[in-house]
Amino acid sequence: MRTEPALGATVARPVLDDLGADVEPGRGRRAVVAMSGGVDSSVTAGVLADAGWEVVGLTMQLTDHGQATPGGRTCCAGQDIHDARRVADRLGVPHYVLDYEGAFRRDVMDRFADSYVRGETPVPCVLCNQTVKFRDLLGAARDLGADVLATGHYVRRRVGPDGAELWRGAEAGKDQSYFLFATTRDQLDRLRFPLGGLDKARTRALAARYGLAVADKAESQDICFVPGGDYARVVERLRPGALEPGDIVDTEGRVLGRHAGIIHYTVGQRRGLAIGGTAEPMYVLRLDPVRHRVVVGPKAALGRTVFTIRAVNWLGAGAAMPAEGVRVRVKIRNTFDPVPATVAPLADDRAAVTLDDPARGISPGQACVFYDDARVLGGGWIERDGHRAA
Amino acid sequence: METAAVYLDHNATAPLRPEAAAAMRAALDVAGNPSSVHGHGRRARALVEDAREAVAALAGVPPAWVVFTGSGSEANALALTGPGDGPRLCTAVEHDSVLRWVAPDGHLPVDADGVLDRGALAGALAAAPAPGLLSLMRANNETGVLQPVAEAAAVARAAGWRVHCDAVQAPGRLVPFDMGSLGVDLMTLSAHKLGGPAGVGALIVADGLTLAPLVRGGGQERGRRAGTENLIGIAGFGAAARAVLDAGADEPVRLAALRDRLETGLRACCPGAVVHGADAARLPNTTCVGHPALGADIQLMRLDLAGVSVSAGAACSSGKVASSHVLQAMGLDAAAARRAIRLSVGWSTTDSDVDRLVALWGRTLAD
Repeated sequence: MRTEPALGATVARPVLDDLGADVEPGRGRRAVVAMSGGVDSSVTAGVLADAGWEVVGLTMQLTDHGQATPGGRTCCAGQDIHDARRVADRLGVPHYVLDYEGAFRRDVMDRFADSYVRGETPVPCVLCNQTVKFRDLLGAARDLGADVLATGHYVRRRVGPDGAELWRGAEAGKDQSYFLFATTRDQLDRLRFPLGGLDKARTRALAARYGLAVADKAESQDICFVPGGDYARVVERLRPGALEPGDIVDTEGRVLGRHAGIIHYTVGQRRGLAIGGTAEPMYVLRLDPVRHRVVVGPKAALGRTVFTIRAVNWLGAGAAMPAEGVRVRVKIRNTFDPVPATVAPLADDRAAVTLDDPARGISPGQACVFYDDARVLGGGWIERDGHRAA
Repeated sequence: METAAVYLDHNATAPLRPEAAAAMRAALDVAGNPSSVHGHGRRARALVEDAREAVAALAGVPPAWVVFTGSGSEANALALTGPGDGPRLCTAVEHDSVLRWVAPDGHLPVDADGVLDRGALAGALAAAPAPGLLSLMRANNETGVLQPVAEAAAVARAAGWRVHCDAVQAPGRLVPFDMGSLGVDLMTLSAHKLGGPAGVGALIVADGLTLAPLVRGGGQERGRRAGTENLIGIAGFGAAARAVLDAGADEPVRLAALRDRLETGLRACCPGAVVHGADAARLPNTTCVGHPALGADIQLMRLDLAGVSVSAGAACSSGKVASSHVLQAMGLDAAAARRAIRLSVGWSTTDSDVDRLVALWGRTLAD
């Protein structure tokens, strides 16, 4: 039982103005907030309640946190679900837990493992946003009669001539737009990102102002189902026997050493190559999942200008990418300063990306995201074949 | 328009009966420890024994058979572990607090209505290396389906087995209700299922059966459950038991009329609705209904947001709507099991509560 009045009714309105959360007045409309138990989504719920939305908090149970019962059924809440529930109690909003373990396993974890086994370097957070969050959770929000689904992502949404647009978060260090490139325009119509204009300090200040116990909660940099970052162990558990050792070879096919499985490597990687006696430092150029080979070469061989991408999502002007191509800046991994490039559409939702200058570490399985300054124009998944042809 | 909340989840917890609340308020002012020799202690002891007599009357047993525990789950644990280490059998649709004490190969199958497979019981009894303990629920918490407890108990006892019955869902819904007619050695009751407080249960132990206690220490409850008695909870339990007895045989008739009104309404607004276990003998207060399209989680949330409380399967500590092991044991595929919700009426339920639920549920079909 809640012992204090709902904050939505008692906190002074100027909160929104002086800290700059990006939220329109709710006027009693219903908003579902994806509450993870972390500070960002907790504050998201707070600002929406504050702005007059009827907030419904939903927490997705994605993994069983190793708390499976002896009978094999799971009936235990992790700490994050507990935290989300307590935040909802404090805000005076209803809160529910949705069991998405099956969908998460199928659409995120299995695809993550398969991608590694194929010699790629996957981005599971994009898969999660694409499937359980913006397909299933958005569907649940619709089933609950909600007008919008709000998340704590640090991105901004604006409405332009073609409808909803996706923009980078205001604080470069917190921007999460790379992980949202696959969001469709229809999804964007019903999504809200109230924190996109804030920095972390302001978010924490809001959490403190709302009296949320999670205000000082540590942030996890890990992939949620890869505690401690040991992704190889997760892949091994999901795909037993898929980790075949093999040769480390140079571009001429000369064997330089052995490795314990290609999943331990990513394109551009230098460390962890147990080879010696080469004249200059060697880098991973590509991974061969068929022959279980790690192909290495000197730094100069890493540079690429042309590659292809698949499953392209277009968020720029018009219904599709212009046939003649478009000048953009691209990010080829999350921690990458956007560089100028030309993107031209190909058949089957594919596209060719031509960088103005060669870039290193273009890894199949990573996302290539297009920007026009701070606006996200879309993106796609970097392909293996196009990469090799480059 | 603001409307009063509707509570259709009596099988999870029945709202506290006014009689129980009054008895608990009175007990708050009694200072003594029931084990103390002084006047305060004697007054406390008298409250405990009054309650014991009421619970015994409800179960149709002598008061000395009643062992108060901290919950129905604790009573089940005491029943399953107390008699010793022999083999254990139960149905696959038991509550988790029973299932956890029985190895998976001792979970006996049920038919499509959720009723014990008698042949499987006979086979398991014959195959067991030695006589042990059989545990059968009187009525299932999710579907209300009754088990043939008396019949199965007779078979098991003839083979030298002890029999326990988890009867927490039965009082007030099955009248007459008494342990003697079931022919079991042990029976579990729970206060909050019949309008008493949570945090107190009882194991009814037939004369002559020795049980190893789970909680050791003082000699409370004749050495079968140490710990100072939960005076307030026990007083509430006793008052609720008395209220159930006073309501008599008319109450199940009233509940059945509510349940029938509910199911008629559901079927009228949705010909595709399936009432699970409808063909079996079942409690008059429980409806487990499958929605043709929506998952139970969405139904629960929509109803809750409209002020109507129901549940899906057994309550789960995480709040997550877990898939029902009961419905899966009845042969439902996982998808159908995930669309089922449980509606359970009780002493506080009215016609208008039921009508409100039906109207809201009908609306979920329209979108």
